[in-house]
Amino acid sequence: MPSSLSAPAVTVRDLSRRFGRFLAVDRVSFDVGRGEIFGFLGSNGAGKSTTIRMLCGLLRPSSGSAVVDGIEVTRDPEEVKQRIGYMSQRFSLYELLTVQENIRFFGGMYGLDDRALRTRGAYVLKMAGLEGRERTLARDLAGGWRQRLALGCAILHEPRILFLDEPTGGVDPVSRREFWRLIDGLSGQGVTVFVTTHYLDEAEHCHRLALMHAGRLAALGTVAELKRVFSGRLVVEVRTASPMAALRALDGVPSVEKSSPFGTALHVWLRPGETDVAPLRDRLRASGIEAESLDLVEPSLEDVFMDVVEREERTAA
Amino acid sequence: MRKALAVGRKELAQVLRDRLTLAILLLVPVLLLLLFGYALNWDVRHVRLAVMDRDRTAESRQLLSSFVNSTYFDVVATPSSMAGIERLMDRGEARAALVIPEGMTRDLAAGRTAAVQVLVDGDNANTASTVFGYAQAIVRGASADRLGASTGAPAAPISVEPRIWYNPELASSLFLVPGLIAFIVMISCVVATALSIVREKERGTWEQVRMAPIATPSYIIGKSVPYFLLSLAAAFLVIAAAMLLFGLPMRGSWPLLAGSVALFVLGGLGTGLLVSTLFDTQATAFLASLLISLLTTLVLSGFIFPIASMPAVIQYVTFIVPARYFIVILRGILLKGIGFAPLALEFAALGVYVTAVMSLASIRLARERG
Repeated sequence: MPSSLSAPAVTVRDLSRRFGRFLAVDRVSFDVGRGEIFGFLGSNGAGKSTTIRMLCGLLRPSSGSAVVDGIEVTRDPEEVKQRIGYMSQRFSLYELLTVQENIRFFGGMYGLDDRALRTRGAYVLKMAGLEGRERTLARDLAGGWRQRLALGCAILHEPRILFLDEPTGGVDPVSRREFWRLIDGLSGQGVTVFVTTHYLDEAEHCHRLALMHAGRLAALGTVAELKRVFSGRLVVEVRTASPMAALRALDGVPSVEKSSPFGTALHVWLRPGETDVAPLRDRLRASGIEAESLDLVEPSLEDVFMDVVEREERTAA
Repeated sequence: MRKALAVGRKELAQVLRDRLTLAILLLVPVLLLLLFGYALNWDVRHVRLAVMDRDRTAESRQLLSSFVNSTYFDVVATPSSMAGIERLMDRGEARAALVIPEGMTRDLAAGRTAAVQVLVDGDNANTASTVFGYAQAIVRGASADRLGASTGAPAAPISVEPRIWYNPELASSLFLVPGLIAFIVMISCVVATALSIVREKERGTWEQVRMAPIATPSYIIGKSVPYFLLSLAAAFLVIAAAMLLFGLPMRGSWPLLAGSVALFVLGGLGTGLLVSTLFDTQATAFLASLLISLLTTLVLSGFIFPIASMPAVIQYVTFIVPARYFIVILRGILLKGIGFAPLALEFAALGVYVTAVMSLASIRLARERG
């Protein structure tokens, strides 16, 4: 049985997609395991959506292969569509239909019979917290509920693999947290979740992350593995009232590899082997800049992300 | 099939809740019929006539009264000079003028031909030729009466009784209404269907439809059935309204009529589906739908401009215009009461159009869904 539980949920080998002269996805390879929450990160235009669309059978690859739930996508895209759930950035419910009608429509499109519709419909209503609001029009729902209903509609047919393309865009933080709780729950039930996002805080929910940049897979690993890119290097968070002046001053310190703004503070990378914060403090004092604090911190995903992108740009140049 | 049913049920629920689309489908057709039905009327009545009678005899007064009695003309002025006539015509106070020359009665009595002058404002050529035709007929009638009276023999021993079939009053509305029905049904069909899909593209639900494991033909069937039923209802609403308001007769068979309307509606749906694959915004799709329906039903169908008088190339183009056949069928069934046999060719042509446009739309939609 090709879709046995031990086989990866998604296998991608040298997948490429060209639009005219533009190479949107460039020989990408990775595996996604069963029940894994696999995050796909990257800036806009990095090739995330193109990759996800090829995996879902919406777009034919120019070359390479993608196997989803044991099925070669190009060979039988319709079967793949039947087995996966998909929810896109603009969660596409029918605004003029009620909650119940949306559920019935999406269930029907996936071929659910009446009995399955009843039990799965009830499950989805409960999951989305929409019990008792079956007759509300979708357009009258607040963002968070809409998003959870859209997620519910995408899993009515109990897909083994769920593709989420920037599912939390435009939703408030509380609803986002609630949404991720649902995703964690699905993953616990063995559903593979493949999610693209550009919220780096959300990436922390993912078991593994793939970082895309300019069509290429720039980094792949668990959050801890990605942060290990920094092993041997320390990051100093500098808080000061005049960050831009501090940035210029610290660039000249020999032990500093690079520095960049991080929120309202600065993140200063020390060269490998350097552990001493004192030269930084001295330089700031010499430049007449008052530093509120200088702390060694663990690099954040954003640091990792910026670092990976910079290295990619350097090798490309 | 369950999937098609789900699509159909959803579409119906959506349309019924979307008042605007529902209005476009059901009410606008009847409104259009009213507007066009009363505006598009080639009959000419109560033409404002200026009369200059220089003969002033019993005969001349009799000729004049036959103009008035015809009800086609109302005498609005009796100027005494050509200059007066000119002034009245210039100002548009009179649309036509009748000049009876001095000595008409004398000439007639002497057995000579007398000429009366009829002036018609030609700024609207259609109206002018109609008015001129009326005037000629009245004068001819009057001279025939006179001929009969002067010889003492029965007037016009050999009488030719003109008889016009199908539309005895020559009411142009009767001739026009079938074309109007085609025009209205086409517009609402194409616009509603095209928008229903393009709207999904705009709102982003199309992406979800593309992702669903539903075969394109099932999707098209589900999407079309509600619009098919609604358009059918709208078409019969228009036909019923035309019967009530314009006295449109029904001389043929209802099932045959229903069959032809259904076929034409399918053609409209197919056209709408095809349009939806060509455009991504509702605004452009709406304009394109409007343009296509106007061109095919008003201009190229023989509804207003006779196909026989079109340039040869355009005449060939009209062969792919479904309204061309539908109008012939409608006139045949409604006005003439003829059966299927004489209309078989038109039915076949409609069938070919429906098959072709539906296949093309399916292929394009399938490609677009990926």
